[in-house]
Amino acid sequence: MNARIPEMRSTEELREKWMKPEVITGSDILLRSLVLEGVDCVFGYPGGAVLYIYDALYGFNDFHHLLTRHEQGAIHAADGYARASGKVGVCIATSGPGATNLVTGIATAYMDSVPLVVITGNVATTLIGTDAFQEADITGITMPITKHSYLVRDVKDLPRVIHEAFHIANTGRKGPVLIDIPKDVSAAKTLFNPVETLNLRGYNPTVQPNRLQLDKLQAAISEAERPVIIAGGGVIYSGGHEALFEFVNNTGIPITTTLLGLGAFPSGHELWMGMPGMHGTFTANHGIQEADLLINIGARFDDRVTGALGGFAPLAKIVHIDIDPAEIGKNVPADIPIVGDAKTVLELLNQNPVYTEKADAWRQTIQTRKQEKPLKYIDSDTELKPQWVIEHLNETTHGQAIVTTDVGQHQMWAAQYYKFNQPRSWITSGGLGTMGFGFPSAIGAQMAHPERLVISINGDGGMQMCSQELAICAINKIPVKIVVINNQVLGMVRQWQELIYENRYSHIDLAGSPDFVKLAEAYGVKGLRATNKEEAKKIWQEALETPGPVLVEFVVRKGENVYPMVTQGSTIDQMLMGDSE
Amino acid sequence: MMTKSHAIAVLVNDQPGVLQRVSGLFGRRGFNIESITVGQSEEQGLSRMVIVTHGDDKTLEQIEKQLYKLIDVIKVVNLSSKPMVARELALIKVKSEPSERPEIMGLVETFRAAVVDIGTHSLMVQVVGDTEKIDAMIELLTPYGIRELSRTGVTAMIRGNA
Repeated sequence: MNARIPEMRSTEELREKWMKPEVITGSDILLRSLVLEGVDCVFGYPGGAVLYIYDALYGFNDFHHLLTRHEQGAIHAADGYARASGKVGVCIATSGPGATNLVTGIATAYMDSVPLVVITGNVATTLIGTDAFQEADITGITMPITKHSYLVRDVKDLPRVIHEAFHIANTGRKGPVLIDIPKDVSAAKTLFNPVETLNLRGYNPTVQPNRLQLDKLQAAISEAERPVIIAGGGVIYSGGHEALFEFVNNTGIPITTTLLGLGAFPSGHELWMGMPGMHGTFTANHGIQEADLLINIGARFDDRVTGALGGFAPLAKIVHIDIDPAEIGKNVPADIPIVGDAKTVLELLNQNPVYTEKADAWRQTIQTRKQEKPLKYIDSDTELKPQWVIEHLNETTHGQAIVTTDVGQHQMWAAQYYKFNQPRSWITSGGLGTMGFGFPSAIGAQMAHPERLVISINGDGGMQMCSQELAICAINKIPVKIVVINNQVLGMVRQWQELIYENRYSHIDLAGSPDFVKLAEAYGVKGLRATNKEEAKKIWQEALETPGPVLVEFVVRKGENVYPMVTQGSTIDQMLMGDSE
Repeated sequence: MMTKSHAIAVLVNDQPGVLQRVSGLFGRRGFNIESITVGQSEEQGLSRMVIVTHGDDKTLEQIEKQLYKLIDVIKVVNLSSKPMVARELALIKVKSEPSERPEIMGLVETFRAAVVDIGTHSLMVQVVGDTEKIDAMIELLTPYGIRELSRTGVTAMIRGNA
């Protein structure tokens, strides 16, 4: 990707180099342990409490360190890296404000089960609890939004803690783990012996499912007349997309993929119904509501998927497959609960294929609906429509790019109109809905996949929440194509105010936003703008042909709404279909 | 669904912050805590918490599952699902003029409680038993005037060899 980023050596070489026992500082232990865990890229921001760590990083070349311009940018980049690669994302920040600036990013990763190891400095152990300069109780603050956390009080614990943190982050239901390292601990020396064993009595994720439940599921499949699969992020996180493809082909069951499940199943497949839920397709939502068997694989029945719980999938026998037992029965009672890893479960099911012979009419219904009720919008020859822009991005990149988004209308249009065919190509903040996520996460995704095209789709609101990271794109020549869908308004809020608050538009006008092209250019990033289709085609082609980062602004119609839409409190078949109906 | 009281024993790593992890979980998930006791367990490095909570079966199931997600939680046992012994200790400081002492001491004796301190105008009563017994002791002492009351919360264990 970039001459500025040095080639990495092989993991074996690095292991050999760093495995030997030696008396070193806590900071050196941290860096060596990260290398031994296979880390090749870290995003961070220095400060007082991590000075020893950054001193150890001086001249250290065994992984990349990207200096972001805000800690929030660092953690969203680490998150994008993790989602794109399947590896653990790592970021470093200092104590106090550095650590608290990570909070939104930690919560984002926690809600979407993304494996992160978050390293914060803290004031020296002798100062903890004294309201020292830049002191914050970050383990306390982040307890509800981390899978686990450590405050390391003794340098001798550091190798074990780091090894445990990586294991916990990237196994079971994945999630962020925080390691808080006081300044004196990062300075203290001890004999470093790499830790390769684990002793975690309280942590044994259930991977293998209960066979009896699988038999029940197979029996239910063979009897089903209107079966539907909902596949979520768990399929992607477990690496189960191929097993899912085989399972759908074996059973002939129509499938819908949730927002985080997009890419778990090829969108071109005839049994794919699109996304379910608040902005889901007619076919997916009505499919769920009419189903007699609903098989949830690695999704958590989020309220944006279920709509009104009382009327959700009223006719269906519910099967819930999840690695996290606490998800099963939390929102929707399960008739057949299956705790296990999605890939493992699907592979076991594939050993004994059962075809849904009684579902021929159902499959026909699904096909008819897909044709009669596709996603649609009214295009314009005079104005740019955001849906058209996304379709154009999809067509020109053949659905092969990694797409990250921010949160709001553009996110939903991207989910609807970009057609994903492979996992880990769609990176979006689903659970927390974090504005400011879209752009920095693309930087992380590009670091994970230097060879792939990465498109970051943002609104004009969210783009301004982390735009400072244009600097690290520019300085490191990270070739992200930054798309700004500019409708000069906080579009999703505007849409709700129009539809639910009777056109009382309150504080949604983004007048005063910068000229995004000039903003990009101020950082040394190429900026392009289009206001009609002809310009749009031209500048997008130019962006694709430009080797480095490019910001591409599409000025679109202000009043466009995302349809279909299920308003809060409705069942998911009560859909507003919008202007096109 | 019916809501009722449940006693849950939680075996946890004796780590700084573990009480915060458990109580924080109850708080943010909207589970209620009637009482919580923590102390050493039979194994070094592990503590046992006994939490009394209120809820229906679905809530209880969520509580158990969410507790198991904490890395420092080793084991969760719903004590109320089996025959158990549950005990609580209370210290009650009762207003008492010297003339009232014999009457109060009579009550205390009936309850197999004990007077553990005598002041010029007060008595301190120590009572051990299940929650109902302590409630009853308090009710009987209330007419004399309770100046201070301190209860430990319930600790409990399953009967027999289990």
